[in-house]
Amino acid sequence: MKRVLPVLLALFIASIAFSASSASAQAPSGSAAAPVPAAAAAPTADPTSGSNAATAGSAATGSAATGSAAMVNDTAATGSAATGSAATGSAATGSAATGSATTGSAAAPAAAAAAKGPQAKAWYDVLADKPIEEEGTFWMPKAVNQAADESDMMFYAVLALSIFFFSAITICVVYFTIKYRHRPGHKAEPSASHNDVLEITWTVIPTIICVFLFWYGWHSYIRVVTPPNKAVEIDVLAWRWNWQFTHENGVTDSDLHVPAGVPVRLVMTSKDVLHSFYAPAMRVKQDLVPRRYTYAWFLATKPGTYRLTCAEYCGTSHAQMACLDVDPVTGHCNRRAVVVVHKDLEEYERYLNDKVADQMNMSPIDLGKMLYDKKGCSSCHTVDGSARVGPSWKQPDWGKEIQIVGGTVKMDENYVRESILYPAKKARPGFPNSMPPFEGQLKEKELLGLIAYIKSLKQ
Amino acid sequence: MATTDEFPESLKSLPQGPVNEPDFLQVAKGWRSWAFTLDHKRIGMMYLFGILFSLLLGGSFALLLRTELWAPGKTIVGADTYNQFFTLHGAVMVFLVIIPGIPAALGNIIMPIQLGAPDVAFPRLNLASFYLWCSGALLLVLTIPFGGLDTGWTLYTPYSLETHSAVMIATFGVFLLGFSSIFTGLNFLVTIHKFRPQGMGWFQMPLNIWALYGTAVMQVLATPVLGITVLLLTVERLGHIGIFDPAMGGDPVLFQHFFWFYSHPAVYIMIIPGMGVISELISTYARKPIFGYRFVAYSSLSLALLSFLVWGHHMFVSGQSRLANMVFSALTFTVGIPSAIKVFNWIATLYKGDIRLKTGMLYALSFLLLFTIGGLTGLFLGILSVDVHLHDTYFVVAHFHYVMMGSTLVAFLGALHHWWPKFTGRMYNESLARTCAIGVFIGFNTTFMPQFVMGARGMPRRYWDYDPQYQVFHQISTIGAFILGISLFITVCYLMSSFWTGKKAPRNPWGGSSLEWQAPTPPTLYNFEKPPVLHEIYNYDDLVEVAEDRWERLSDAPEYQGAVPVASGDREHH
Repeated sequence: MKRVLPVLLALFIASIAFSASSASAQAPSGSAAAPVPAAAAAPTADPTSGSNAATAGSAATGSAATGSAAMVNDTAATGSAATGSAATGSAATGSAATGSATTGSAAAPAAAAAAKGPQAKAWYDVLADKPIEEEGTFWMPKAVNQAADESDMMFYAVLALSIFFFSAITICVVYFTIKYRHRPGHKAEPSASHNDVLEITWTVIPTIICVFLFWYGWHSYIRVVTPPNKAVEIDVLAWRWNWQFTHENGVTDSDLHVPAGVPVRLVMTSKDVLHSFYAPAMRVKQDLVPRRYTYAWFLATKPGTYRLTCAEYCGTSHAQMACLDVDPVTGHCNRRAVVVVHKDLEEYERYLNDKVADQMNMSPIDLGKMLYDKKGCSSCHTVDGSARVGPSWKQPDWGKEIQIVGGTVKMDENYVRESILYPAKKARPGFPNSMPPFEGQLKEKELLGLIAYIKSLKQ
Repeated sequence: MATTDEFPESLKSLPQGPVNEPDFLQVAKGWRSWAFTLDHKRIGMMYLFGILFSLLLGGSFALLLRTELWAPGKTIVGADTYNQFFTLHGAVMVFLVIIPGIPAALGNIIMPIQLGAPDVAFPRLNLASFYLWCSGALLLVLTIPFGGLDTGWTLYTPYSLETHSAVMIATFGVFLLGFSSIFTGLNFLVTIHKFRPQGMGWFQMPLNIWALYGTAVMQVLATPVLGITVLLLTVERLGHIGIFDPAMGGDPVLFQHFFWFYSHPAVYIMIIPGMGVISELISTYARKPIFGYRFVAYSSLSLALLSFLVWGHHMFVSGQSRLANMVFSALTFTVGIPSAIKVFNWIATLYKGDIRLKTGMLYALSFLLLFTIGGLTGLFLGILSVDVHLHDTYFVVAHFHYVMMGSTLVAFLGALHHWWPKFTGRMYNESLARTCAIGVFIGFNTTFMPQFVMGARGMPRRYWDYDPQYQVFHQISTIGAFILGISLFITVCYLMSSFWTGKKAPRNPWGGSSLEWQAPTPPTLYNFEKPPVLHEIYNYDDLVEVAEDRWERLSDAPEYQGAVPVASGDREHH
């Protein structure tokens, strides 16, 4: 036993060292997260930021204060809420000032690009198309949620604990197996077949460890799931197979755009089956249950583009929830919906305003094309004539009678409109009748846009 | 302490097979003698072959899944087929292989012999459970031609209410399988209570029997909930009455509560029998009494009881209340304590032993390491805040494969190799078996170790298409899966070929101390020709290796007098 103790001690130190070294890349973000998110924002290179950073920057600083006041949504009427929100609000303003000076804004060039032609992407979609931030340790992507620092610490602590116990057990097993292996002349030696002190020791030690793990897990969990009283609220609606994020001014999008440095609260529900909102870099996961609201929140500390996946199995395209670009050959999804963290509240606000304006000014066909991506139509329908889960939107039979279940119907504006609003009524044979109805969820203009886009594909 | 060089020569000439009557394989011929048999050993063997076949089926699905995941995008199949593959892989492995694996197949064969009993308490019920298992298995397989099954083995609502795949066939199959499991449990409970020989108190039972007892309690208490749940699901699909369907005021999360109320204990229905056989193997091959017998026995029972209280840890992100999450997290950690006790006791059993690295022992040592990994990674998932990140990712996939496959299936393989000579009467190719055991260990770790990293990096489960950053991990995993698959396939092959090519097995090839090693090899119809002699459990002092892989008790030497025969009493013979 005396010989064992130093070995165990050395092992314990070694496993802590290992896990600490694998977590070391994590450390800067942990410390930086607390004071000012902008510190992390500063060094990031933004391809959309141009030479006009200075001009856009000055505008940004001015509107940041008003922006935060307008957008931070007061969810609780209590006076004590004000202190918490003031802190986060000022953090946002700070990040606006420093962040915009370095990274600038893409608003001006993007607006110009949008004016040029329908094919050019809006600046916010350019941000969403950027490669995903892959920075992190061997184990995990870097956490960009301020509330997740404690839970990450727990992960690495348990990793150290596990490595320690696993190594200790493996060493014991291997050592005993070699030392007491059967060989000529070797016999089993008598030894006690039970020892109460030993049994109590290895009952009590795991018990103590478990109590600690539970307590800190619970403590950090409460942090992860309890949003501050004031937060930007975004409604989330999921269906097979799309995310729809509805912002305060009514803007909807399948990419989640959020500001850095401000708490964001998601109010989520599903239209059909279970889904699960999972943003690994935010360490946030929450199931979406139909006809029930569930909640999640985070405080993003670093601008960038982050992964967003569905973690609860939801049928055929579960693996490609809200996929905007499917490779026609391999079927691999090249561009999923993402979480875009804007560098500050002001840029987020500009996203909201520009998105509304862009939608107002789009031609019907462009609007239809945009909705095709952003309403998740692309999860099931192609525009090149090939079948996916549902029939392709490229219909050479426009204006002719087509087969439906139990009869025929003329393929025209009326049929398309009815099929969007009440898809189950006149389903096409050979396709599962699983499309969610869009009744009450599309504006008249949007319906016209979708019809115009489908008509434009017929050649 | 006896060694190989000090025993009476007469021991070498003791009979090994049955003397006055044919063994149970010879006693009757023809398919009827199998189809209508009431012999627990024959029923167990039929289970065993059914389970080995299911293992190959479930394993084939696994290899197809892993092949598809070789590259992002479509490799061999598309989304819908992939979804059916993982559903059937899970359903077949859980319901057809792992749950009945040790209790219904090996337990059926070995448990009555370990008790010195002629059969289980209700032989007809035993046969009925087997046919229920067959019917359930057939229905699960029938889902393939009838539209497939794409709900995942968990059958979560509301998806399982809406999908057009063969959910009803599957739920009916699961319903039957549930009853098969309940009947087996009931049978074992009565057998263990009533058929113990005189002199074998609860604490003289082999730990394998303790584990089977704990398992049987859970089978009887938990499985009815599964039956009710799938019945409700069926009714809901047929009649749209709004139990689980939110569109009709039902609650889909309620289904998860019902489902996991069974399926969490089911995890222990899988692992506890594994722990039982590991206790047997480690003690036998280390030639040492099991360390802390009572602690190991009680930890089996406490695991069985605690397993009913922790189902909510599958639902930490389902929308369950925070209070429930807190309570379930706390209770989940209590499960870690008996598990840790068992591992420490097994290791202490090795101390000062005489360890023989037979195939059974290689599997037992693999179990120790794999179960430790499975248990320790369970800590991550019990911690609420960490679980939020890891839930429904490959980390969970890796964790439960370490427990369900790395532990239970490895224990099953160890048990199979340990008792194979006893009930088939044949020895298998030992060196090939050891190679395969090492292949299983290496293949298993290569498959599932990378999945921990993938999961922590955020790869969700049940994805047929994934981000290219995970590809290297998926490829390592796929290579491992093929090493594992090939090792298992060879294992099945050499075991089968041992029927024709294997040399005849002695009564006691490994020097086991429990009663089954006193029975002839293979056993007779009622297991023993003469009442077995009850010795102190896990005491190996009396056993000597008279030839390679052949052990005898010194007290069995004709020169030796004084053994007290077990009173067979008025035990009923069938």
